[in-house]
Amino acid sequence: MSLFEMKNIKKSFDGKEVLKDISFSVEKGQVLAIIGPSGSGKSTILRIATGLETKDAGDILFDGTFGLVFQDFNLFPHHSVMKNITNAPVKVQKRDKKEVNNVAKDLLKKMGLEDKENNYPSQLSGGEKQRVSIARALAMNPDMLFFDEPTSALDPEITGEVLKVIQDLAKEHMTMVIVTHEMNFAKNVADHIIFMDDGYIVEEGTPEEVFGSDNQRMKEFLGKFQD
Amino acid sequence: MYLFSTMISELSFGLITSIEIFLLTILFSMPLGLAVALGRMSKIRPIQWIMKAYISIMRGTPLMLQLIVIFFAPYYVFGIGLSSDYRMIAVILAFSINYAAYFAEIYRGGFESIPKGQTEAAQVLGYSKFQTFYMIRLPQMFKIVLPSITNELITLVKDTSLSFVIAIPEMFTVAKQIAAADSSIMALLVAGVFYYIFNIIVAWFMEYVEKRMDYY
Ligand SMILES: Nc1ncnc2c1ncn2[C@@H]1O[C@H](COP(=O)(O)OP(=O)(O)O)[C@@H](O)[C@H]1O
Ligand SMILES: [Mg+2]
Repeated sequence: MSLFEMKNIKKSFDGKEVLKDISFSVEKGQVLAIIGPSGSGKSTILRIATGLETKDAGDILFDGTFGLVFQDFNLFPHHSVMKNITNAPVKVQKRDKKEVNNVAKDLLKKMGLEDKENNYPSQLSGGEKQRVSIARALAMNPDMLFFDEPTSALDPEITGEVLKVIQDLAKEHMTMVIVTHEMNFAKNVADHIIFMDDGYIVEEGTPEEVFGSDNQRMKEFLGKFQD
Repeated sequence: MYLFSTMISELSFGLITSIEIFLLTILFSMPLGLAVALGRMSKIRPIQWIMKAYISIMRGTPLMLQLIVIFFAPYYVFGIGLSSDYRMIAVILAFSINYAAYFAEIYRGGFESIPKGQTEAAQVLGYSKFQTFYMIRLPQMFKIVLPSITNELITLVKDTSLSFVIAIPEMFTVAKQIAAADSSIMALLVAGVFYYIFNIIVAWFMEYVEKRMDYY
């Protein structure tokens, strides 16, 4: 049985249908990449999955916990790195402060940020901020993670440090849904890829199937990354 | 002829009353302003309208007029005799509800300039609405609005002098009395110096608070 499933999801904004019957599922331990042109509805899928947006029709079958990593991090600027990570586990999940502190320290170490725990977000680079926000999501022990273009707000030369962290999570069989414009990353890390265009899932399958597809729109889209 | 030292001592007593009005107004108007701001941003339309009207009236009519109305209302409307204790109560009440309206609009601007992603991140992390409010939005709002709060406090120092219209013995009232009795402008000049020093201290304190908040 799938861990997460969306069935026939529809969504309109101001009369304009931006999701037109979206169905897909994610198995436990699987990495799903969602690709497609800007405005095709990728973020809306994640926002509906994570409850930030309501759906007009369809069903979501999932009774686990999740985390969401935003494109622009959305770290809390008035909290230290440590507090950004520990506050929700302590205040929301009511977990033991010491236990959470240890978890946070381990996560920061894993992210290569052990010396940043007392810093504030404004003192970090974009890549560091995004790694903290991944640690913040992971500290909640989620069953799965959603990423909305986690490297799009970063300078090209530092996207690697964030992609590496996500790749490590994939190796540990973290269930993940990742919206991305990094085609090589999608190819290498994803078990399954969905190509969205204009509110529809136009193509889906393994990386080989999707990147080898004859679909015209898919080819046009991939053509933009061929340089 | 007034002795200079007598004048200073009388003005100092007046200054203490001015400071009292200043501090009590802050104490009541800042939390009240927050309540008004929340009402103004409420999803419940009638509450929104009431707060909008409240803010509009408080900001659209003279504070001095509000002060006089609040002071005389019990007598003219209800025929209640005016006790001398009520003078001070009327002043604090008038200043507090007036300044609450200004603070409410400042707070609202502060809340609205917090990026939406902050609330969304909190929501996804499971923060309740109330936790999101006091752990995420409120502290960020206060930092954003500090410079505007400083402006209001400096205005408030000067506005305390409006209390002369209902004969509260604060510094300006006292200064006017001395000036009249003494046929000299000296007391008013000294009062001016006192107000100025008062405001320098307020500005200095707020600068200190802003520095303390500058860790992020
Ligand atoms: N809150 C909203 N209000 C109105 N239109 C929206 C809103 N969110 C998204 N849209 C529109 O829905 C479409 C899909 O947006 P989005 O899911 O963000 O696309 P993507 O992430 O693939 O770039 C776009 O046309 C966008 O303008
Ligand atoms: Mg998007």
